Amino acid sequence: MKRIFFAFFLTMSLVACSKSALAADPVKVDGSSTVFPITEAVAEEFGKSGGGKVIVGISGTGGGFKRFCRGETDISDASRPIKQKEIDACREGGVEYIELPVAYDGLAVVINPQNSWVDYLTVAELKKIWEPDAQGVITKWSQVRSGFPAQEIQLFGPGTDSGTFDYFTEVINGKAASSRGDYTASEDDNVLVEGVASSKGGLGYFGLAYYEENSGRVKIVPVKGKGAAVVPSRDTVLNGTYTPLSRPLFIYVNKDSLKTKPLVAKFVRYYLENAPTLSEEVGYVALPQSEYEAGLNKI
Amino acid sequence: MSSRRLDKKIDAAFKFVGLAATLFGLVVLAALVIDVVSDGHQRLGWDFLTSYPSRKPEQAGIFSAWVGTLWIMITTAIFAIPLGIGSGIYLEEYAKRNRWTDFIEINIANLAGVPSIIYGILGLGLFIRMMHLDRSVLAGGLILALLILPVIILSTREALRSVPSSIREASYALGATKWQTVRHQVLPAGFGNILTGVILAMSRAIGETAPLITIGALTYIPFLPTNPVAFNKEIPYIHLSLQGFLDPFTVLPIQIFNWVSRPQKGFLVDAAAGIIVLLTITLAMNAIAIYLRYKNQKRW
Repeated sequence: MKRIFFAFFLTMSLVACSKSALAADPVKVDGSSTVFPITEAVAEEFGKSGGGKVIVGISGTGGGFKRFCRGETDISDASRPIKQKEIDACREGGVEYIELPVAYDGLAVVINPQNSWVDYLTVAELKKIWEPDAQGVITKWSQVRSGFPAQEIQLFGPGTDSGTFDYFTEVINGKAASSRGDYTASEDDNVLVEGVASSKGGLGYFGLAYYEENSGRVKIVPVKGKGAAVVPSRDTVLNGTYTPLSRPLFIYVNKDSLKTKPLVAKFVRYYLENAPTLSEEVGYVALPQSEYEAGLNKI
Repeated sequence: MSSRRLDKKIDAAFKFVGLAATLFGLVVLAALVIDVVSDGHQRLGWDFLTSYPSRKPEQAGIFSAWVGTLWIMITTAIFAIPLGIGSGIYLEEYAKRNRWTDFIEINIANLAGVPSIIYGILGLGLFIRMMHLDRSVLAGGLILALLILPVIILSTREALRSVPSSIREASYALGATKWQTVRHQVLPAGFGNILTGVILAMSRAIGETAPLITIGALTYIPFLPTNPVAFNKEIPYIHLSLQGFLDPFTVLPIQIFNWVSRPQKGFLVDAAAGIIVLLTITLAMNAIAIYLRYKNQKRW
């Protein structure tokens, strides 16, 4: 009995050492939870079409770069460009990379079609409505700007789990996840559209792609950041004038992996070829085709 | 007389408080289970168990998650059970009582109470950064093994302590050595209780999420660790491999956590279905533990 066990373990260890038993190393992706849905969709289709194994983690943009710059991952998902500190870390870790924009994340602020008084809202006014201190205090449109009627405001927004919530609160209220709590929260965008469409004083926000599907039922609000008020649209998101409620999303690819792991190059190519359709499917705005082609030329 | 009546009232009141406390726990548990089952039952099925995760909730399944859980549990068992039972036997049967063993004892008891996320951080530094095991089954299993090791040591010692010394003395009187006594008398007598402790420790490990999230196991993984036994046409036809231990993994609690934090409603149903599977496994393990305890109950 003991001898059988011994022989068994010996074989096991022998086989484990032989190269032939090693499976192809999967493509390792980690990073932003905002980019995750796109990368997951691409990885899923890549796997289904027989492309190969891809694993995707959610460590956040910063956490993803930490691993990326140690050379632990092949690709890093990022919802902002790489910071100087991270560039230095990558240089220290001997990691060279290519930056590839894959989609735009844009938010739409919407009101009821019967709302005739709002022509645009400034970032400061949006903050006045949504900041934590507004809870129970800002209840009428007249409190937002003098000249607005004393109509009650009904607020609709995504729940605290969503990346949209984090993004909106970060750029409008100045701190991620800091918001008033007395609004109708739903992770289902349809509930938000329904809510704004059925209340005259309604105001809500969600992903721009979802507005386009429902443009007849709610009215979109131009947002005034630093310059003039800008109507959010595919064009203003793409040309970068619709700020601060739109941002580019990136993947960072390790140059060394690209050269030495054929699967990584294959996956990145597949990513750029399919990002236009898949990024829209999961609720983002696709880049113009030329940008994806420029990306393909880089690799 | 009146004080006697008061005592009786207090007695009745305490009985009531005790009953209410028991019922509270049961009702909350029942409500939780009913809620989860009503949410998740529609999603349960063969497809759910054999599908990989997907961005479409109605196609997503827990194949890689439950297989990953199985791999992690086996790895944990391989390391934690021999080490835990071995240390337990040493401390209880061999070690001399002195300051040094007292010190070890206090430390083990303390380790049993350390929050699991601390083990995750230890594992991240030791197994992943220093030993370069990456986010592998081996690294995850080792972390959970460390986590439940103190529990197994303590329950082994408890089990051995309940074996009366008359049995040991009788064995020595017949001329048996210490090892013979432990091997043939003490261990078999305490075996049921040791096993119960081990299974309860394992069912703690199966639900752990925090230490595995710390090492970054929160991932989309659409494949299984490499099969340890593969059959193909190359001689010798049966190929054994340990590669699976070095493959990336995901486990049930992490898959559930991932789904719960997603905005689409369909994933909440998937999460509920995943919870039902995890609960079933945990309850089954606990049931086995209870059965073994009854079966091996001995009166001295």
